[in-house]
Amino acid sequence: MTLEHFMNEAISPWMREEGPDNDIVLSSRIRLARNFADMPFPIIADQKDLEKIREFFQIEYEHTSFQDYKDLEFVSIRDLTAIEKSVLVEKHLISPLLAKKEGAAATLISENEQVSIMINEEDHIRIQLYFPGLQLTKALTKALELDDWLEEKVSYAFDETRGFLTSCPTNVGTGMRASVMMHLPALAMTKQINRMMPAINQLGLVVRGIYGEGSEALGNLFQISNQITLGKTEEHIIEDLESVVQQLIGHERKARNRILEQSGIELEDRIYRSLGVLEYSRIIESKEAARCLSNVRLGIDLGIIKNVSRNILNELMVLTQPGFLQYFAKKTLTANERDILRASLIRERLQFEK
Amino acid sequence: MECQECHQRPATLHYTQVINGHKTEVQICEVCAKEKGYMTYPEEGYSLHNLLTGLFNFESNPMGASHGTTFNKENDLQCPKCGLTFTEFKQIGKFGCGECYHTFASNLNPIFRRVHSGNTEHRGKIPKRIGGNLHLKKQLSSLKDELQNLIMNEEFEQAAVVRDKIKEIEQQIDQKEKGDAR
Ligand SMILES: [Zn+2]
Ligand SMILES: [Zn+2]
Repeated sequence: MTLEHFMNEAISPWMREEGPDNDIVLSSRIRLARNFADMPFPIIADQKDLEKIREFFQIEYEHTSFQDYKDLEFVSIRDLTAIEKSVLVEKHLISPLLAKKEGAAATLISENEQVSIMINEEDHIRIQLYFPGLQLTKALTKALELDDWLEEKVSYAFDETRGFLTSCPTNVGTGMRASVMMHLPALAMTKQINRMMPAINQLGLVVRGIYGEGSEALGNLFQISNQITLGKTEEHIIEDLESVVQQLIGHERKARNRILEQSGIELEDRIYRSLGVLEYSRIIESKEAARCLSNVRLGIDLGIIKNVSRNILNELMVLTQPGFLQYFAKKTLTANERDILRASLIRERLQFEK
Repeated sequence: MECQECHQRPATLHYTQVINGHKTEVQICEVCAKEKGYMTYPEEGYSLHNLLTGLFNFESNPMGASHGTTFNKENDLQCPKCGLTFTEFKQIGKFGCGECYHTFASNLNPIFRRVHSGNTEHRGKIPKRIGGNLHLKKQLSSLKDELQNLIMNEEFEQAAVVRDKIKEIEQQIDQKEKGDAR
């Protein structure tokens, strides 16, 4: 297996599997932050120390397997081109921060891309594990097992009172960030999501758009995650997150049905127009593409559009990001060139579905 | 209802906090909520930068430092292991190493309370290998709580079972500690 394996497909193998509530929840993720007990954190550490950590992971874990997460590929960030780095970020296999790091930053990625272990990011170790649909409990169980597996060889920075010690005070304790990626087109259309956000924040959870900047959420894709990592067990954090996600699922389904009942033909029109734009346009900006993809995906979930796979949204959202387009073109592109290539890739992909 | 902090303005916000396992209800006005760090996020939405700049906007108290802590010439706390000072920590919002947590310990609770809605102590996972006796000790304390409850509810049969379990775990801890001493 080589790096190319991760680059050639926009969609990770695990995303092709069905998950619970996947008409609304695209994926669940658990991220654990861990550090070596006897080393300064990356923000202050000597390059020499970080290099030691990098080498340790390469020697101990390159091409090893843990349970279903086979043949961990060791990737040094400094060996990647700028375009390759953006592809890994766009696929959420590494964080934007890791991609920016020079020196000893690296990652281990499992063959099915479900697991990525980032090395020398903000913390020495960031374990990241994805599951399709709403499967927080399962993701947590697996992440903690993976954590035990690493702990066999790594002595973690851990304190009886404060828990797992992290570079940022916002991660201390469990070191866990659990998040759920949701497609909420009806709540966005009716602007209900904006009204719900403050209440969700009060529960110690954060809602943000996955693509796009500021308050806009391109493709109506939202990420809900826990903010509090100290004073609650991992299970308790997941429980609280899951209950809010369940409520959001309920509200989204209700809103979808209400729109369908009250303005079914308008909704159908909007969905088919979006499909038309995606099928026929020759130049398309990422914002318009995201809006249309969200509408088409809603059409699929409501049974209005048939014979197009659900994955079209996550797949094309990734495939039409700047890094991916340029990886595909094998050169840097201007904004206009990207819009042209984006339109052509989308047309091709929809043709392929027929 | 009036704000329980200032007793002047009406309480417009209601918080239920679980701090180290104890539930408390707080009725508070928005001004006090901001001042006391109840509102972790600005109204316009969450931003880590705002959070951190707001976070470190308090008087540091180097004189309250614990024993064995070193001060540099500006009378600032400094981590003996990584060299980070408390002033630097406030500027960058990041710890330099695990030892920083001990060095700055006396100043950290207000920060953690703000970030983690009132919490200052870890209740989650204990690492399997290096956690040592901690697992057993935590188990022991929860069994003792259970025993108390059972006795209060006069469920003596069940209480006897739990008491045996406690003895068993105490023995295990004893043996482990002897083993470690060797
Ligand atoms: Zn007040
Ligand atoms: Zn330090």
